[in-house]
Amino acid sequence: MFQAARFGLSLGRLAAALFISFVITTLILLVAGAPPLHSLVILFEGGLGSAAKVTQTIAVWIPLVLCSSALLLTFAPGLWNIGVEGQIILGAIFATGFLRPFPAGGTGLHLVGALAAGMIGGALWAYLAGVLRTWGRVHEIFGGLGLNFVALGLTLWLIFGPWRRPGVASMSGTEPLHHTLWLKGLKGLSLNPVSLALAILAIFFVIFLLRFTRWGLSLKAVGQNPEAALLFGLKPNRRILEAMVACGALAGLAGGLQVVGVYHRLLPAISSNYGYTALLVTMLASFRPHLIPPICLFFAVLNVGSIQLPLQLQLDSSLSGVIQGVLVLAVFLVHGLEEHFRLLRRKR
Amino acid sequence: MDYLALTLAGILSAGAPLVLATLGETLTERAGVINLSLDGTILLSAMTAFAVAFLSNNPWLGLLASVAVGIATASIVALMGPVLGKSQLAVGFILTLFCRDLAYFLGHPFARQLGPELPVWTIPGIRELPFIGQVLGHHSPVVYLSLILTVYLWWWLFSTRSGLDVRAVGEEPWAAFARGIKVQRLRIVYTLMGGALVGLAGGAFSLAVKPGWGRPQGAEGAGWIALAIVIFGGWHPLRAALGAYLFATLQVLGIHLQEQLPGLPAPLFQVAPFPVMILTLLLVNVGKASWFQDLTFRYPGLKRWLSRWQVTAPAALGTDFRPEKET
Repeated sequence: MFQAARFGLSLGRLAAALFISFVITTLILLVAGAPPLHSLVILFEGGLGSAAKVTQTIAVWIPLVLCSSALLLTFAPGLWNIGVEGQIILGAIFATGFLRPFPAGGTGLHLVGALAAGMIGGALWAYLAGVLRTWGRVHEIFGGLGLNFVALGLTLWLIFGPWRRPGVASMSGTEPLHHTLWLKGLKGLSLNPVSLALAILAIFFVIFLLRFTRWGLSLKAVGQNPEAALLFGLKPNRRILEAMVACGALAGLAGGLQVVGVYHRLLPAISSNYGYTALLVTMLASFRPHLIPPICLFFAVLNVGSIQLPLQLQLDSSLSGVIQGVLVLAVFLVHGLEEHFRLLRRKR
Repeated sequence: MDYLALTLAGILSAGAPLVLATLGETLTERAGVINLSLDGTILLSAMTAFAVAFLSNNPWLGLLASVAVGIATASIVALMGPVLGKSQLAVGFILTLFCRDLAYFLGHPFARQLGPELPVWTIPGIRELPFIGQVLGHHSPVVYLSLILTVYLWWWLFSTRSGLDVRAVGEEPWAAFARGIKVQRLRIVYTLMGGALVGLAGGAFSLAVKPGWGRPQGAEGAGWIALAIVIFGGWHPLRAALGAYLFATLQVLGIHLQEQLPGLPAPLFQVAPFPVMILTLLLVNVGKASWFQDLTFRYPGLKRWLSRWQVTAPAALGTDFRPEKET
């Protein structure tokens, strides 16, 4: 009975947030001079309209889920790992670097090696941001963000320098991998069962770590009260570094999968802003793991559907990011207002 | 001599938006509120400024619009943060992404258009002076505004009663509250005023320093640099402005280097300030680390050299202050 009432309340909150988002999105579309309903229809059709589009949506869902569940590990000790974007990029760079010595092709073992290399790359980049925080006292927002730009610079340098395509160094990326080094999808579709399995495994693994291990509990203790955690001998700085490395490894895996499973080369935009989007997802889920898969699905639909906007309506594809931002802000607003009025009532 | 004067003039001009944004954020953070949305706000206000100037053919209206956008974003920060008690970092980060995407979305029709720019003012009396005239005499109004505001804000923050109130609110909100200062109201007011300056920085980009709009505009990342400069500047207007000019100098040097080395891709020069950003933050923060304090205990000379760089944030920065919660 009590449970049902709470469920109804949270549904009401969701409806209110969705309604606010809908109104604001409509207003923004009207300002842009676009037909509001038609644009939204195109957006959702573009993400769900056909089997091919659904598989594209799932292909976006995979890195989003990997990064969002990775971020649960860094949010647990209260870390703002904005550097997750750069950790994806480093994963992609390491995976590409691992496969470059095999231009004549290879086996599944090479792919496993590439993904492992990607995880190491992401973990290293996260470790760097973590060390800046624990050893240098630079807040992880600035350390991570700075490293994101450095990672982007590194990618550009590689693509235009040592890894450039013979003759034509350009923004289109490095030479494609040999086709035996591609993580193949199902019969011409972009749906990739191995990547999908890894993403699902990752979220269960993170839930297991946070709910059922001592380590997960100590992470949360560090997040709740660092001073007390220090007195209890939980070594906050070590926990912070471990959380960063674990998060970076999963983000690096996402980056590696983008290389071997999606683009088959290193591109300047290899991370596709998935790291930043994953931060939004995790906040929208209020750090509750079971909400991450559905929110990622919704965001993936928006991302894939927005590709249709410039083609059909001459609108910029950034509308997906606008809607995602509005949604998170609306949920924050509804939660905040609810608490605010509860406080006011209690005062009276 | 001419070359040096021109370079200095270029630094003053390139640094103007950074100075404005840094001063705005310094003001906001001095009152205890973090507005993390700078990077998005600057882009959105740059786009709005250009669009309004383009449609009305009046750059001054554009500049006014950029201020309005800055205030609007800051009001969301103020509502969610100080008023409703949500995490200021979270709200600021969401706004960063949201404003950036909104700028790209709404600015789409204005990309790569030729629009009006702010006029360049020649200051009679100064312009005729040797050297100084070349550095200072011929600039966009936003450059003069950035110089005047730096000095004004420094004087205001440390020499006036209302400046003292702001610092009190940012350091000891409960003590300020007990003294009868309206903490909540001041936090909201200075968040909005800081936001106005950040918006102005966006207008300064698209109407003067990097005229025009596009994807990318060229101001991407500037907001994050400004946020880092606020820390580097130790929440002090003069030192913050110095930091902004330091980064502007790097930028001007980068443009020269780019002419020397045409083989490198342009985006590489856009990411160059960020390693410097990390290093400057390391310089001003490392003194807080316990291993470093042990080291300075052994080598006092090191401490003397580094202590002048160390900064401390306003004590109540980013904290939730709602007296109604306590009753």
